[in-house]
Amino acid sequence: MSIAIAKPELAPRSPTMIVIVRLFQSRSFLIGAALVLAIALVAVFADVLSPYDPLRNSFRTRLRPPDSTFWFGTDHFGRDILSRVIHGARISLVIGLMTALLTGIAGTMIGAVAGFFPTLDNPIMRLMDALMAFPAIVLAIAVAAVLGASVVNVIIALSIATTPHTARIVRASVLVVREREFIEAARALGASDLRVLCRHVMPNAFGPLIVRLTYVFATAILAEAALSFIGVGPPPPAPSFGSIIAQGRDFITEAPWITIFPGLAIIVSVLGLNLLGDGLRDVLDPRMRT
Amino acid sequence: MSRFLVKRLAGAFVVLVLVSLMSFAIIWLVPGDPTAAFLDTSATPDQVARLRQQLGLDRPIAMQMLDWYARIVQGDLGHSILLNRSVTAAILERLPVTLSLAGLALAFALVMGVLAGIVAAVHHNRWPDQLVMSLALFGLSVPDFWLGIMLILLFAVKLGLFPTGGYVPFSEDPFGWAGTIIMPALTLAIIQVGFVARMTRASMLEILNQDFIRTADAKGLKRAEIMLRHGLPNALIPILTVGGIVAGALLGGAVIIEQVYSIPGVGRLIIGGILSRDYPVIQGGLLFLAVIYLTVNLVVDILYAVADPRVRLE
Repeated sequence: MSIAIAKPELAPRSPTMIVIVRLFQSRSFLIGAALVLAIALVAVFADVLSPYDPLRNSFRTRLRPPDSTFWFGTDHFGRDILSRVIHGARISLVIGLMTALLTGIAGTMIGAVAGFFPTLDNPIMRLMDALMAFPAIVLAIAVAAVLGASVVNVIIALSIATTPHTARIVRASVLVVREREFIEAARALGASDLRVLCRHVMPNAFGPLIVRLTYVFATAILAEAALSFIGVGPPPPAPSFGSIIAQGRDFITEAPWITIFPGLAIIVSVLGLNLLGDGLRDVLDPRMRT
Repeated sequence: MSRFLVKRLAGAFVVLVLVSLMSFAIIWLVPGDPTAAFLDTSATPDQVARLRQQLGLDRPIAMQMLDWYARIVQGDLGHSILLNRSVTAAILERLPVTLSLAGLALAFALVMGVLAGIVAAVHHNRWPDQLVMSLALFGLSVPDFWLGIMLILLFAVKLGLFPTGGYVPFSEDPFGWAGTIIMPALTLAIIQVGFVARMTRASMLEILNQDFIRTADAKGLKRAEIMLRHGLPNALIPILTVGGIVAGALLGGAVIIEQVYSIPGVGRLIIGGILSRDYPVIQGGLLFLAVIYLTVNLVVDILYAVADPRVRLE
């Protein structure tokens, strides 16, 4: 026999606590967080987890199909695909995370200035519109190719492609917050523009930004793969999800496992991030709920 | 309406000027000398100078820009160094290929996405809804080129139903054309269907919550009639915007998918130009893609204002 006893509310919960409780009630958030955490742990402990050296060539084991020794098979250099996918998680996640961070910084600064200073709004946003007129993936490919293939340049290229939309989202929330009464109150107390923006406007405009950056993270992993496929991704021999797929392309009929497994790794990572984003959106940004 | 049109056109013009400036400016991102990609270290100073002149790099930046604008208003996107022909001509020659690919993909994505979105909204929170939403999320998480490779592996290599790639013009052999274009178009569409379905569902749910739907229900109309006569037409207006966004995404997607299926379209031309540092092709190609995107969105915005008077009165 069990009796349900309503717990008395001891004290009013803080807004942060309310958000955390709601997040833990969201199925999307929990599944997404679990997937992302799993992939992140794989990336961090890649050296311990991978059964073989991801860069070691071995002629005797080349193009072996998946079996009990090589779970994901081997490539044309005899390298273990499982080990390469595990290490690939590292580069792919670093590219995704750094792109989200850079985009977050640039997008916040551009969007906050455009939303907060009406005279700068129009010129800045027209510039963002112009950048958004290029297909993001083509812009990223062009910038990465022109700058030269490297992990850093891929991050820069992807950040340039994802910043305009982020700036637009930050601007939209700044425009809403700017009209609230507590902003007027802060001004009446004599707070400077900078103080109002940093201390009062931005903290209240963060929800949609966090949601957006989760999606940027996911998009960046997909885009890195596309860049590698085109041939302007992170240079070999270090593996990323995309570069493993790109190298498997020439062996697609005789050794499809080289292509299949890193692709599945991308799907799991991006699915996790998208679920995480959906969960965050439902809690942090109820207006965008679909 | 005319005030809305003037405002919208003026805005588009400003963006167009900026877009053309950015397309041109990509050459300034090049570390070092742009000619280095074409000439090796054995090139004589004379050869370097000639190439710099051909690219217009020997002139002051302000003059380079003036030249660029003077040329593009006449529709001249420059001269490809590697193809040794006009960039405009090269793009126009390949345009029908890319347009048929992107157009077919757009049709697939909209039809499948809107249908799936309606099914999801009508069965809100029941299994058809959950199935559609799960598939939509999956579609948003798959790399498009990888999906293309997998489809080639399954339908072309294993089952032999379609060729593994290439392109046959419609005028030569309509069936051959269909065979080469259906798989790439489906690949592109599958990635976008999820987005269209999500947006249709959201738009439909919002409409179905409104008072006039309850009125229709109260006066005893059949459920199907409420959905199709009162719900759908209103829900489709926001889908116009979705169509514009999807068209833009398909343009970028087509560039990648043309690589996967070896389709000789504008995308392959641009990627080839990017990989070989053929700057006139990069600049002209980027500008061309952006102009198409801006035009599509301009048309979508105007159609939206026609369909929903509230927009233009704002």
